[in-house]
Amino acid sequence: MAFLEVKNFYKSFGDTKVLKGVDFDLEKGQVLVLIGSSGSGKTTLLRCLNFLETPDVGTITLNEEVLFDADKLTGAKGTKMKRDSDEDIRKKRLRFGMVFQSFNLFPQYNVLRNVTLAMDLRAKEKLVKPKLFAKVEEKKAYKKALETIYQENKEKALELIEKVGLSEKINNYPCELSGGQCQRVAIARALALNPDILCFDEPTSALDPELTGEVLKVIKGLKSADSTMIVVTHEMEFARSVADKVIFMADGIIEEEGTPEEVFGNPKSLKTQAFLQKSNEGI
Amino acid sequence: MTFGEVTLYLLDGFKLTCLLFALTLVLALPLGLIIAFCSMSKFKPLSSVTKVVVWIVRGIPLMLQIFIIYYVPGFLGYNVFAKVDSYFFSTVGLVDAGRFVSVTIAFAINYACYFSEIFRGGIQSIPKGQSEAAQVLGMKKSEIFFKVILLQVIKNIIPPMSNEVITLVKDTALSRVVLVVELIKKAELLMTQALIWPLFYSGVFYLIFVGLLTILFNYLERKLSYFKV
Ligand SMILES: Nc1ncnc2c1ncn2[C@@H]1O[C@H](COP(=O)(O)OP(=O)(O)O)[C@@H](O)[C@H]1O
Ligand SMILES: [Mg+2]
Repeated sequence: MAFLEVKNFYKSFGDTKVLKGVDFDLEKGQVLVLIGSSGSGKTTLLRCLNFLETPDVGTITLNEEVLFDADKLTGAKGTKMKRDSDEDIRKKRLRFGMVFQSFNLFPQYNVLRNVTLAMDLRAKEKLVKPKLFAKVEEKKAYKKALETIYQENKEKALELIEKVGLSEKINNYPCELSGGQCQRVAIARALALNPDILCFDEPTSALDPELTGEVLKVIKGLKSADSTMIVVTHEMEFARSVADKVIFMADGIIEEEGTPEEVFGNPKSLKTQAFLQKSNEGI
Repeated sequence: MTFGEVTLYLLDGFKLTCLLFALTLVLALPLGLIIAFCSMSKFKPLSSVTKVVVWIVRGIPLMLQIFIIYYVPGFLGYNVFAKVDSYFFSTVGLVDAGRFVSVTIAFAINYACYFSEIFRGGIQSIPKGQSEAAQVLGMKKSEIFFKVILLQVIKNIIPPMSNEVITLVKDTALSRVVLVVELIKKAELLMTQALIWPLFYSGVFYLIFVGLLTILFNYLERKLSYFKV
């Protein structure tokens, strides 16, 4: 069984059918690149994986665990079963990371805090907080434990920030960074929570052309045996070099999938050919 | 009366003005936040009812609301404020506490509704991407609000809030319609002694108060200028 299996995804917004039966799987350590013209449903697919949208039909299985099953929401033949609570969904979300087109850094925090905030909150949650009238020693021990964890988190964050090449900017605020730098912080922030699968939704589309290179380089540098990634991009050169697997989406379905050599070198579908032709002319 | 005596006399009324101002803020800020959340609720009946209430409260003159809150319980045969009066009189010897309490309630409700609209606008002006990014990082709803959204909202709403708070300083004078002896009412009482200038002089108190608030809001604005929403 593959590491990630997405089965039979359907998603509509009102009358607009956006995903019309999407199936794919992905092995651990692989990079999947999603291409397709705008409006084909790529963002919606990533948002479904991150539980920001709920598919109408379909399942997500990660590492043999069913994370999502639309049947359990509506119930087969109308038998409603219990929905996942917000809390369940929140925990499942942590299995996926997301890097947005528009970065979405937290503007009031500096680079370091952007990366550590969620880590610290989750670490705090794991510790058992002493009761209000607990012994002083107990409270002290708790405070000590928290500080230790925060320090560890900080060190991990500094490592990640170094990895994306921003060690000099740890105390800067997002408004003091270029778009490319913001996006690299966003990548470090997503990595900080060790997601099983990291999704990128057009990470360079909001950037000036001269800044896309630094971000793509960072993403490429993340490729390793234990980082599994799904990247939506219009950068075909980059797609070809980073992908283990390429999916071309059109009109809410997977029109073609295969290795980069297959899809870019020898596309079978006419739609794929037309799309690749157009993006070549665009350069 | 000398200038110093008049000043002391007016300060006595100014105390009530300040107390009403402070109590209104303390009550209306959290209440406004609750109302803002109700009006943004996905549960339609709640958001609709809230919107109607806000429309009514913002649509009727505050002066009328002060009358309504003060007199309606009596009409309904349950004069709570008389009870408040006698309670405070018998325990701490305070006179006319009921009037003050009723006015405080009217102000708190009225200002909470104005604040709620400012809060709602402020919260909705934060891009959706902020809470989505926080969600994807596994944050809880409360964490998203307090750690990510709130400070950005505060930064956004400082200008409209400073307007509203400054208006509140001067609106406190309306409490005189149910005979709360605040600053202007106090000054007016001196007219019976043929002293008119204290009435104009009372304006200085408001000016100083508003001046201090302006400094405070400017300070907050500068404090939060290190980031851009
Ligand atoms: N929240 C939404 N409400 C209504 N329509 C939506 C929503 N999100 C996406 N869509 C529609 O779904 C289609 C696919 O969008 P999207 O997944 O963003 O495509 P892509 O990322 O491939 O450009 C578009 O036609 C878009 O208008
Ligand atoms: Mg998109």
